Amino acid sequence: MPIWLQRQKYLIDFTLSSLLRRRGKNAGLLLVYTLIVFVLASVMLFTHALRNEAVHVLANAPEIVLQRMVAGRHDLVPAAYLDRIGEIRGVQKKAGRLWGYFYDPAVRANYTLMVPATEPPASGDAVIGAGIARSRGLAVGDFVTWRGSDGQPRTLRVARLLDGDSELVSSDLVLVAEDFFRGFFGIPAGQYTDLALSVRNPREVRKIAEKLALLLPDTRPILREEILRTYDAIFAWRQGIVYVLLIGAVLAFVVFAWDKASGLSAEERREIGILKAVGWETGDVIRMKFWEGAIVSLTAFLLGHLAAYVHVFFADAALFEPVLKGWAVLYPHFQLTPTIDGLQLATLFFFTVFPYTVATIVPIWRAAITDPDTVMR
Amino acid sequence: MIELRDVRKVFNQGRPNEFWAIRGVSLSLEANRVTVLKGPSGSGKTTLLSMIGCLARPTEGRILFEDRLLSGLPERFLTEVRRRTFGFIFQQFNLIKGLSVLENVMLPAYPLGGPRHALEAGARRLLAQFGLADKAAYRAEWLSGGEAQRTAICRALINGPQVLIADEPTANLDTALSRDFMRIVGELKAAGKTVLLTSHDPEVYDAPQVDRVIEMRDGRVVGG
Repeated sequence: MPIWLQRQKYLIDFTLSSLLRRRGKNAGLLLVYTLIVFVLASVMLFTHALRNEAVHVLANAPEIVLQRMVAGRHDLVPAAYLDRIGEIRGVQKKAGRLWGYFYDPAVRANYTLMVPATEPPASGDAVIGAGIARSRGLAVGDFVTWRGSDGQPRTLRVARLLDGDSELVSSDLVLVAEDFFRGFFGIPAGQYTDLALSVRNPREVRKIAEKLALLLPDTRPILREEILRTYDAIFAWRQGIVYVLLIGAVLAFVVFAWDKASGLSAEERREIGILKAVGWETGDVIRMKFWEGAIVSLTAFLLGHLAAYVHVFFADAALFEPVLKGWAVLYPHFQLTPTIDGLQLATLFFFTVFPYTVATIVPIWRAAITDPDTVMR
Repeated sequence: MIELRDVRKVFNQGRPNEFWAIRGVSLSLEANRVTVLKGPSGSGKTTLLSMIGCLARPTEGRILFEDRLLSGLPERFLTEVRRRTFGFIFQQFNLIKGLSVLENVMLPAYPLGGPRHALEAGARRLLAQFGLADKAAYRAEWLSGGEAQRTAICRALINGPQVLIADEPTANLDTALSRDFMRIVGELKAAGKTVLLTSHDPEVYDAPQVDRVIEMRDGRVVGG
């Protein structure tokens, strides 16, 4: 083994036994440090995974959704608009969509009722999301009755439950046939909630949106990329809220860690004197202290991050669920796909490991440059 | 072997509490001898010993080891000389609490980066030589005064120094242990080591193993 490496090994050995000598103090520090990294990393991993999930979900969404606006409010779109859009080049597919919200007073939750573009259920049948099935205690073959916009009760038979994998977006979803939907909400034939347009060339999306705005001035085109940006902003905002809540805890830790790392006890000063007197260089003492800071902060970083990974991807992020997922009665149960963002990891590493390591070195430098003859006195 | 030429040392220079601890000492110390610096507290023994052992630099004057000028060396080289040439035994023994006896003995060799098995074997050999083989795994704070001092001697010898420096080595020992220490000093001399001691204990400066006693007072050599 090269001498340089062997020296580092000796220094690390000595550092480890130094840390073990002050077991209680260092274990406490490590615990608090790990906890802070755990909380910060959990928020980072969770919001990043949610954003990722949103990107995947929206991958199959139409490039443009066209809504009709009346007096600044969303209104129904006449089917005739579809023919007028047909004149715009670049629009590959276009279809009217039927969807709406329904408040179920029995469980005090909002559902999303929708007519699927393909394979709609038979009239009187419904395909429901897992969240609704859980909250209403419904299974396939059960019947459910809701009161429509005309006050008349309408009954649906549960034909199928939606796949649990898509629960993030389908938890509150009810898929119904077109005739049921129109009857339930009182929407006449030839009217749609909005229009979905597919565009072949993604670079043409903005241009087509401009043309739509000119051709149909009472409509509002919503682009998929804008929805993605909105999701991003929402998750970033929620992440920010959690960070703000955590700021107090983080600051308390910073003060505690700074005090621990930068303060040298009389015992530690004496030890440095002894080490220098028996032949350690100032550099050896600083390197030893560097290893101490690096070992503590790296261990806390790895343990905290590992715990956060398990928490987010295997324990459903139980601690942050209410804040980060949103406020709803129908909490979706879903498994996030484990993903790690390298930049976020590096940022967290930089803001946790680096300052602590520096904080351990600075005061030791002052102590280590003193003359070693102090131990003779 | 070691030569001091008009060495002076001042503390707190330029301040109201300025104090000249050494006021012009010129000495020549022979190799393979046991030399004792004797004198009352405040006479400058420890300061002189610190400078000879490269723990501190003189304010004025020169210190040479085997014709090599030590007093002007930068810290890094001074540490290197200290590590390889001098072994220290301190009055308070200065073992590091919480570490085992074996680890304490090996400490001065860590910066040298030699192979671990050789270092550990050397440390165990020294511990066996000084009757501490069964104490290797003990923590330093569990040792008696005599054991702690023998551990400190092992630590001083781990890098194979030519010169052993001991500051008031018997100050914390009873008469029997003080005699035992001087017996060890005799053995080290027989093994070819040069030993420098400070003491005002007659058990030390009157011991048969001592070759030369240098008397100091108020920062000056007054005899020997």
